[in-house]
Amino acid sequence: MDNLIMSSATVGIVISLLAYEIGLAAQRKWKLALLNPLLISIAIVIAFLVVFHVDYESYNMSAKYLSYLLTPATVSLAIPLYLQLDLLKKNIGAIFGGVISGVIASLGTVLVMSIVFGLSHKEYVTMLPKSITTAIGMGISEELGGYVTISVAVIIITGVLGNMFAEYICKLFRIKSPISRGLAIGTASHAVGTARAMELGEVEGAMSSLAIVVCGLCTVIGASIFSYLW
Amino acid sequence: MKYLRQFGIILAVTCAGEIMKYFIPLPIPGSIYGLILMFVLLLTKVIKVEHVKETGEFLIEIMPLMFIPAGVGLITSWSQLQSFLVPLLVITVVSTFVVMIVTGKVTDFLISRKEGKK
Repeated sequence: MDNLIMSSATVGIVISLLAYEIGLAAQRKWKLALLNPLLISIAIVIAFLVVFHVDYESYNMSAKYLSYLLTPATVSLAIPLYLQLDLLKKNIGAIFGGVISGVIASLGTVLVMSIVFGLSHKEYVTMLPKSITTAIGMGISEELGGYVTISVAVIIITGVLGNMFAEYICKLFRIKSPISRGLAIGTASHAVGTARAMELGEVEGAMSSLAIVVCGLCTVIGASIFSYLW
Repeated sequence: MKYLRQFGIILAVTCAGEIMKYFIPLPIPGSIYGLILMFVLLLTKVIKVEHVKETGEFLIEIMPLMFIPAGVGLITSWSQLQSFLVPLLVITVVSTFVVMIVTGKVTDFLISRKEGKK
């Protein structure tokens, strides 16, 4: 089975697409946050690999082309942002105030809880970049001497959580303005959350994209300061 | 042809972003430089939004799919994760929700204060 999968340049992509379609169908049918299409498709693909004894590397031989599209897709996030330029200009102060308080909340909660759980310095700095986009997060984790693979895992779990619960949190805590909703989602859960914000609305999507950039850049500075604190 | 050209422009900006990353020694990925560069080029009208719109929006729409391979990659770091799984999960869940609530509430507050002044 492993050889069969490795010999095809498309099978990993087809499996991922199929799993995603199943995820979408499940969500349409039951409308539960827990049935997040991304979460379901990841679970289905993992189950497939385990059941048929396929190595991750063999699957990723072709599936990596999906990840390859991530860079141009991230660059394209500038487009909705540009289309919301007037809104951005009008609320610039509130936008930066919101995102920066989010960055401090992120680093602060990780610090406090790392102390409470008695994590080592290495484990602590691994968790610090959890809310930002994978590529920046990996760089920070490496720079500060964390476990890079675990940082990636934590970043993805964070993204999926944001993607799943964004709507609930916004409703439950009465986050009213679509600007605030978008920023909240992007600051907490980077591009994976932004994919959900895009579905909530144009303003949400644009603000969430903006938050990825601002939050990512602020965290580069913030995390290196916070790394001295524990 | 329209879509091919749009994809070409997006890839060219992406490539420029990756080249910037090569020359700037910060832990910032090429995609973020590319995003900022694309935004500046749109602002200065060097690139018109109709030259990238449909293809860009398509890429954004299928973005969740692109995270599947990385998510499946969790199985390769599973053994390392196990050592501090419980604190890791608690911190991740609590911190994600706290950040979302703080950012949303602070922005809401700042927007309403500004509107109140008018």
